Amino acid sequence: MFTFIPRDKISKNWVILGPLVSIFFTIFFGLLIFTFLGYDPLETLYQVFMSPFSRIDRISDIFVKACPLIIIGCGLMLCFRANIWNIGAEGQFIIGALLAGSFALMFPDVENKILLLFMFLVGFIGGAIWAFIPAILKTRLNVNEILVSLMLVYVAMLFIDFIVRGPLRDPMSFGFPLSKPYPEGALINKIPFPGIGYLGQLHYGILLIVLLIPLSWIFINKTLGGFKITVLGSAPKAAKFAGFKENSITMTVLLLSGGLAGIAGVVEVSANMGQLQPEVSFGYGFTAIIVAFLGRLNPIGILFAGITIATVKLGADNAQMTMGIPKVVTGLFEGILLFFLLTGETLQKYQIKWKRFK
Amino acid sequence: MANGKELDILFKARKINKSFGDFKANIDIDISIKKGEIHALLGENGAGKSTLVKIFYGVLKHDSGTIEINNQLINISSPQSARKNGVGMVFQHFSLFPALTVAENILIALDQKIGFQRLISDIRKLSKEWDLFIDPLRLISDLSVGERQRVEIIRCLMQNPKLLIMDEPTSVLTPQEIENLFKILKRLSKSGCSILYISHKLEEIIELANQVTILKSGRCVSTLNAKTTSTKELAETMVGKKITKLKKNNIKNNKTVAFEVKNLNKIKDNDFGITLKNINLKINYGEILGIAGIAGNGQNELMDVLSGEVICNNDNEILLENVPIGQKNITLRRKLGIEPIPEERTLHATVPNLALNQNTFLTYYYKYKNRNNFFSNFFISPQHSSEESSKIIKDNDVRCPEPNPLANQLSGGNLQKFILGRSMANNPKVAIFSQPTWGVDIGAATSIRQKLLNLSQKGKAVILISQDLEEIFELSDKVCVINNGVLSNILPVNEMSASDVGLLMGANINNNKKSEVS
Repeated sequence: MFTFIPRDKISKNWVILGPLVSIFFTIFFGLLIFTFLGYDPLETLYQVFMSPFSRIDRISDIFVKACPLIIIGCGLMLCFRANIWNIGAEGQFIIGALLAGSFALMFPDVENKILLLFMFLVGFIGGAIWAFIPAILKTRLNVNEILVSLMLVYVAMLFIDFIVRGPLRDPMSFGFPLSKPYPEGALINKIPFPGIGYLGQLHYGILLIVLLIPLSWIFINKTLGGFKITVLGSAPKAAKFAGFKENSITMTVLLLSGGLAGIAGVVEVSANMGQLQPEVSFGYGFTAIIVAFLGRLNPIGILFAGITIATVKLGADNAQMTMGIPKVVTGLFEGILLFFLLTGETLQKYQIKWKRFK
Repeated sequence: MANGKELDILFKARKINKSFGDFKANIDIDISIKKGEIHALLGENGAGKSTLVKIFYGVLKHDSGTIEINNQLINISSPQSARKNGVGMVFQHFSLFPALTVAENILIALDQKIGFQRLISDIRKLSKEWDLFIDPLRLISDLSVGERQRVEIIRCLMQNPKLLIMDEPTSVLTPQEIENLFKILKRLSKSGCSILYISHKLEEIIELANQVTILKSGRCVSTLNAKTTSTKELAETMVGKKITKLKKNNIKNNKTVAFEVKNLNKIKDNDFGITLKNINLKINYGEILGIAGIAGNGQNELMDVLSGEVICNNDNEILLENVPIGQKNITLRRKLGIEPIPEERTLHATVPNLALNQNTFLTYYYKYKNRNNFFSNFFISPQHSSEESSKIIKDNDVRCPEPNPLANQLSGGNLQKFILGRSMANNPKVAIFSQPTWGVDIGAATSIRQKLLNLSQKGKAVILISQDLEEIFELSDKVCVINNGVLSNILPVNEMSASDVGLLMGANINNNKKSEVS
């Protein structure tokens, strides 16, 4: 049987070399796969890795794509640090967007952006409500939060589908399942740059990231609450010894991560869609799980992880458009990238030994 | 000439040594078991019994020493090879799959190939032959603990063992089941199968065994004839007669009651826990109260309730200076001057992957809270306790590889010094220790024991929960024993002998009750 034995000391060199070696292996296997499938390997690599950086508006699109991932990732970071497995951010995202959208549609003529502030609040509450269900079940009945939060994703998906096709459908939409357009006050505008105009889809929503990253860093490192979360995740018995209440920490991290996912939902719809539709998320809630782990559950890491993942996603879109490479193939490539990055990280901390029996 | 005697020796182990890192679990152990003999292996927790039999069954590999079966040197490299050589073992914690049937479980462990129908008829035959009634087609999860043990025994019998090892088989059984088991074991031995029987229950050994080998701190102390010995002799040999009384001088006759537990009951919260039954204890300032007992008899549960990690059902069950505190949580009790030092140094008393200042903060954070300022209470962080942390490190001679290392960078002894220092810096009224010297080297253990003595001399009340009887006798003023969730009467240490304590530790509560009734 293979066993993982923790290394006594983590080599400083490999902390830097590790990711580079991982990327080397990714490129190597990527080239191999693309060649076997009959695509020009170098062209594909260019499309996936480099094309998102080829024009300034494309670079700004990376941030647009990364924005919801990073917002959700910061919330999930809190959960995962406490060893609470919220897998349902996708559902919390949807309910946040839906609730805030329904709220905005009650004020069809408001132009004041104050409406947006209220929408953030409502979106936060919406996501938090959706996370409250697994939280209360876990703290009261010890029900596994992974299953509950995951299954609620599908409930949320069907729920928004029903709302948009039924109660909130725009009578003017010619039968399409779309809500009425949001009022002006509910929209997040693009950022105008003097002399250049707009940079792609770059919108004011990314200011949230600028706010959120330092805030969550401070919360984790400089507050009692952040400390409690770390202790509970590392050693639950030590948390008891310190007198921290496990249930209230569990509740807090789930509500916060649900709320942040809800806010991400508000940003995504208000900035890029302007109305509710059956599909508001494109797997952001699930991708953000990867972002959180790739960023080593650290706000600054999550910033870079979010940008990396967004780049590859956009690159995959480009490869699909210009070269006709099916999305599944580029999805495979994303998988390889993650596999090697996580393997590299694991091998930094552990060595593998073969043991005959225990 | 010695041959005649040697001939009926079935199993012989010589000079068995086994270390885990620096810790020597078995030192030069000799043991020989005759054919058809029930040979008991007796010793306190941590004496090396389980390590030894795991070596015999091939689960662990010994560092040096030889094992002979029927005068032939053999190499037991795995459980399979042990079984091939005729050694079978019934573990203390059964190794059965609950979702499979009896027959399937037996099939998995069987080394020879056999048809399923044949297997079932074999099981039926065996179970009838040995009165081990069991239906081979029932699911393990539907069976009682006693029935599961029968499955394990049948599984061993399928291999026609010459030597059957049983690791504390009665710890999970009811008195009736024990009686049944003994009948079976006696019949087995009559049929020529030797049995190596591990236990710390003295009456059982006297009743069942022919020979008894006693281990103490990894060494074989003595082999006695179980038929001629007494429980008293066994207890003394197990505990060690010579108990050095390193008594402290000038005991303060302070008769103020510091800490009191009154009729405390706490029902176990899971299947593996122990229910605490009507616990009463009282300790004065300047005293050390030793609570002896074999692991798993309710020490953890008692520690949880005393420390406040688990809240009492009734506020009056625990009193500090006659003030009820039973329903106060651990932080409130710390504020009142009760400092618990748990058994597990890592993951309980400290978080291994956090730095020492963070680990100081773990039990100090409430000090930085300001009653009126919610905002600043939010922003308290481990940096606040950096100063205290370095002071603890300096005052207690905690050897660190760097100024503020992670807890897992310290050795066991140094980490324990840090944990003690962290608690003592709070100047507590009552200190509650659980196994304070478990797994630390002799030097650190001595310095920790000295600290306990110093505490009591400074007038603190000290409760010491320990499995180490030498430690209990060396330090305590009063002694009691916890056995299956019941605390014995507290007696002054000079009115208790080691064998008294040993008897209380090994007493079968159920049997006692029976004899009380009759």
